Amino acid sequence: MEIRIANVRKEFERYPALHGVSLDIRSGELIALLGPSGSGKTTLLRLIAGLEHPSAGTIYFGNEDASHKSVQERNVGFVFQHYALFKHLRVADNIGFGLKVRPRKDRPSRAEIRRRSSELLDLVQLSGLERRFPAQLSGGQRQRVALARALAIEPRVLLLDEPFGALDAQVRRDLRRWLRELHDKIGHTTVFVTHDQEEAMELADRVVVMSQGRIEQVGTPDEVYDQPSSPFVFAFIGESSELPVTICRGQVWLDDRPLSIPADCVPDGPARLFLRPQDVAVVDESAGAIAGVVTATHRHGGLRRFDLAIGGAHHRIEIALPAADSGDVSGRIAVLPRRWRLYPAGERYSKT
Amino acid sequence: MAVDALQPATAHAPPAHGPAATGETIGVRVALIAVALMFFALFVFLPLVVVFLEAFQTGLQGFFAAITNPDALSAIRLTLIVAAISVSANLVFGVAAAWAIAKFEFRGKSFLVTLVDLPFSVSPVIAGLVYVLLFGAQGYFGPWLKDHGIAIIFALPGIALATIFVTFPFVARELIPLMQEQGTGDEEAALSLGASGFKTFLFVTLPNVKWALLYGVLLCNARAMGEFGAVAVVSGKIRGETNTMPLQVEILYNEYAFTAAFAVASLLALLALVTLALKTLLEWRFGDDIATTNGH
Repeated sequence: MEIRIANVRKEFERYPALHGVSLDIRSGELIALLGPSGSGKTTLLRLIAGLEHPSAGTIYFGNEDASHKSVQERNVGFVFQHYALFKHLRVADNIGFGLKVRPRKDRPSRAEIRRRSSELLDLVQLSGLERRFPAQLSGGQRQRVALARALAIEPRVLLLDEPFGALDAQVRRDLRRWLRELHDKIGHTTVFVTHDQEEAMELADRVVVMSQGRIEQVGTPDEVYDQPSSPFVFAFIGESSELPVTICRGQVWLDDRPLSIPADCVPDGPARLFLRPQDVAVVDESAGAIAGVVTATHRHGGLRRFDLAIGGAHHRIEIALPAADSGDVSGRIAVLPRRWRLYPAGERYSKT
Repeated sequence: MAVDALQPATAHAPPAHGPAATGETIGVRVALIAVALMFFALFVFLPLVVVFLEAFQTGLQGFFAAITNPDALSAIRLTLIVAAISVSANLVFGVAAAWAIAKFEFRGKSFLVTLVDLPFSVSPVIAGLVYVLLFGAQGYFGPWLKDHGIAIIFALPGIALATIFVTFPFVARELIPLMQEQGTGDEEAALSLGASGFKTFLFVTLPNVKWALLYGVLLCNARAMGEFGAVAVVSGKIRGETNTMPLQVEILYNEYAFTAAFAVASLLALLALVTLALKTLLEWRFGDDIATTNGH
């Protein structure tokens, strides 16, 4: 099922949560809505589900306009952040709930419902737990029951709100891999919300980076990491350092020193230079490099991280070098970025 | 049962072992317990015992004679009918009010919350007077009602109305905090699975609040049977017709028929005790279930 979101706006009591968002979700795709809290990602997911209705704009399911359909009519599988399992129902009854509440003419027989729920329990690898109550399950098991319950209604699209938010790190990693495999097996169009970039990057075919009710960038994990389209995306995805620079006739200046990197197509005026800690090389002090004093070092696995104070300790950047050949790096050093991005200083930016 | 670390912490923390920071010395504990027990004995237990002692002053025969008196039987019947009417009415209104207050936002919500509490703060006598003012012979609707041959004041409808007013908060008050705490997550889940609004209410909302609802009904029932002030104003105290049990007790007492008064009073007390026992039994029988649905 393709989903097309066209210029959707959403306000809560005049407080804007989404400003004119457009997004095409392809059929069978696993897509992540990634952003800090307050970025509107959950609102967008709830709009797709029909749990909220847009203030303006249209949501298409395939070619039909679903904007004004109720959540029941949209036939979506929604997995809630805290699972929202029905506490008074056993696991099997939780999974069969969506079938049991159908109008009589569409309702499968009781035996059929039981068969379907045990089939789904197999799928989520929880066979044998039919008779348990939700309170008797671990967090990861509840998560999978919630997923099985959402799948029971044969939804046209699967929506997950912070699916791993409430789980501990190990379970989260396992479930992530398992969800990816499950997605590849059943092939539903799946949209999930997360604030964890690692989760989004590992799991999703495409990542939608959101901030303050707007979509900043849509792309594959490689695209958003390697070609971030805005300062926000650069700062939000992965680690980064920022230096204020000035562009003057195609030349990049850091304070009063020219840097030997091209200005690309950034117009003259103040600009911001972004680089990632591992995308620098130490060079013999020379014109055109970023010179600074090492103020702190930390060993970080196979890397050694250095805090550099640039130009009279006004600016701080962080660099990471292979630990093996950086043991003697200290004092005043010069580094040259291997990869970087320049953005005109006027661009909207909010670091979180 | 697995410890549920992901749910919001419930009120029941496991008791700490060993001397806790809040532990008191033996002397203080004994003193506190003694004070509480003495207070209870003096103000609750003793009067209750006296009621039953007085009721059986002239033996079993006197007791049964008193409660099988036609007027007493009529009072018992009326009390049970009024309780049944007001409990069912408040069940419906209470659930509706709690649902509205807990599950969605609307203008005037805080006003509604205040209104729900009003019967607690208004004297029952005033509640009764209001109905007299509205439906009495000299009241706003009095002449119209008289023309159409409808009796409200000094009849069953008036008594039921006054009792409903006084007992309105019990069900709603019991449900509102629980429903607010539970939020709308479960309902949204049910709707997203295709359930209609009614089925969501029936299969999800109601089971989630069933224990609180039951407590509310029990409390409401106890109060409905025992209500005196409001009912005294609207009933007219016609023997064998509009006397409820509390009114009957007062009349008998004022006529120095002590044994009869206490016999009816003991019956009323017994009904209250049965209500209490029922509540305790349910708590004991379904303790785990109540804990998981965040009841009491």
